[in-house]
Amino acid sequence: MTKGSRTGVLALHVAALALLAGAQFLLPAFHHGMLARIMVLAAYAVGYNVLLGYTGLMSLGHAMFFAAGMYGTGLTIHHLGFGVGAGFVTGAVSGLAAAALVGLITLRTTGPAFLIVTLMLAQAFYLATLYFNTLTGGDQGFILTGLRVDLAGLRLPLTQPAVKYNVALAVFAACLLASLWITRSPVGRVLAAVRENEERTRLLGYDTARYRLLAILVSGLLSGVAGSAYTLLFSYVGSTFAGILYSIYPLLWTLLGGAGTVLGPLVGTLLMTYIVDIASDFTTGYLFVVGAALVVMILWAPAGIVGGIRARWVAWLP
Amino acid sequence: MSLGPHLLLALLEGTVGALTLALTALGLSLVFGVMRIVNVAHGEFFMLGAVVTWYVSTTTGSYLLALLAAPLIAGAGAVLADRLVLRRIGYDPESTIVATIGLLYILQQAVLTTYGPYARPVAPPIYFRVGFPWFGYSGYKLVVAGVAALLLATTWLALGRTRLGLYMRATQQDREIAQAFAVPVNRVYTVAFGVGSALAAVAGALVVPIQQAHYLMGLDALLLSFVVVILGGLGSLRGTLVAALLVGLSDGVVSVLFSPTLAKIVATLMVALVLAIRGRGLFGEAAA
Repeated sequence: MTKGSRTGVLALHVAALALLAGAQFLLPAFHHGMLARIMVLAAYAVGYNVLLGYTGLMSLGHAMFFAAGMYGTGLTIHHLGFGVGAGFVTGAVSGLAAAALVGLITLRTTGPAFLIVTLMLAQAFYLATLYFNTLTGGDQGFILTGLRVDLAGLRLPLTQPAVKYNVALAVFAACLLASLWITRSPVGRVLAAVRENEERTRLLGYDTARYRLLAILVSGLLSGVAGSAYTLLFSYVGSTFAGILYSIYPLLWTLLGGAGTVLGPLVGTLLMTYIVDIASDFTTGYLFVVGAALVVMILWAPAGIVGGIRARWVAWLP
Repeated sequence: MSLGPHLLLALLEGTVGALTLALTALGLSLVFGVMRIVNVAHGEFFMLGAVVTWYVSTTTGSYLLALLAAPLIAGAGAVLADRLVLRRIGYDPESTIVATIGLLYILQQAVLTTYGPYARPVAPPIYFRVGFPWFGYSGYKLVVAGVAALLLATTWLALGRTRLGLYMRATQQDREIAQAFAVPVNRVYTVAFGVGSALAAVAGALVVPIQQAHYLMGLDALLLSFVVVILGGLGSLRGTLVAALLVGLSDGVVSVLFSPTLAKIVATLMVALVLAIRGRGLFGEAAA
């Protein structure tokens, strides 16, 4: 980050967002809908990247945060008659609460124990969504109807494509800018120090456990926001999203795009979602594609796409 | 049935489950202890053992042959994965996790495509009932418990008494010093990965007549194995055995008295509680 001024970095990311905003006027309907979904999922990956890329903690249980956002929003709207705004806030808070729980339990674990415990807790959460199926609908889940936002006297149904696209863009932009801001703030520097060498950071006088907890909270909040937005935009809540596959996806997207790069999660999500979509035209075995992608990447491209670009050409890329 | 006999049934189920779980978790623990890596695909080797058992015993009609083939085939698969992938990434902990997650989906999909989404049973090779005053109990389940206990004891003895066991323990304690004393560390790694996966496959082969073979059965096995190694303390084989008995028994009892799903949730919460009090599990090494 020697070259590249602050404005340069900001301009790059605003340009990326502007590109996404402009794309909606050019894309055909199918890709328009697809990109709306990708942006919400990319927001989830951005949240994941805060922990993996910038703090060096690999979690295998992020589906718990995503699904906490989902259920926090879906259940309150479905059973308690909350509005969209209130439901969104409960979703975000649920993600944060789940992260606080996981963070406190894993505070004393190091290295491989961290990812095992995150996987374990997320799996328990997944089983709980099945166990309390009278409330959650279990595997089948439930559908929300009539979701809309009232903005400046306009009644905007969230099922309408243009509304969906722009809400997704707003959520993604908020998560991306939050992640950019954190990584460039003094706190972000400490998190990177924890990633590079936790022992040394502790010796320098930082309470590394507190910073780790903070990173988990931020990551959980962003994931919860993404989960909540997914429910609102696609009107569906189901336990599939709490399953292990949805913990693996953000890992795959982040690694593919480049862990520890701000734009990596978007690039990875975009690419992988299209690869899976195209692959499912030819074969039902799309999980094979997911598995093979993970193995191939770790063997030949461990830095990911944006990570590779940074290493070779643009060293100032955040 | 009143509570007493019900509890006896639950304890019997728990014991059988605990011993097969111990076998699976011991494999995971061995791989972690020797190689310092977490094998996320471990449950899939359990599933592979079960599916191979179904194939071999339905084509040849011999369950015993299947019981031998399952660990051999799964072990060979593991050795192949070790040579082709894990060794090339230098057993880096994080890369290995990503690679084994990839392996998990590749194996799962491969079985789904060839074997299908069915849950298929295999007839127990021996059939007799043990009569209790209140209920009859499948004799085969008791045989499973016995065989699992025997295999656990054999593995334990092999680790303590054979040259290979010595190599493994040496590598576990200090890889570099072991290498300096001419322990072929790379070969030990491959063998540990193969044996660890084969142990899971044997457990899978043993439970097919009780549980049926299904392509998703590896996930529960993985979850319970993870619960066990964390509770027992990462890297401690003794901890793994003790924890497997605890978790297996509680899983069996809660499954019979309430529901299997609740049992898994309870086991996980139990471990979360232990972790909050004692970060390295029951018998874990102090943080390195």
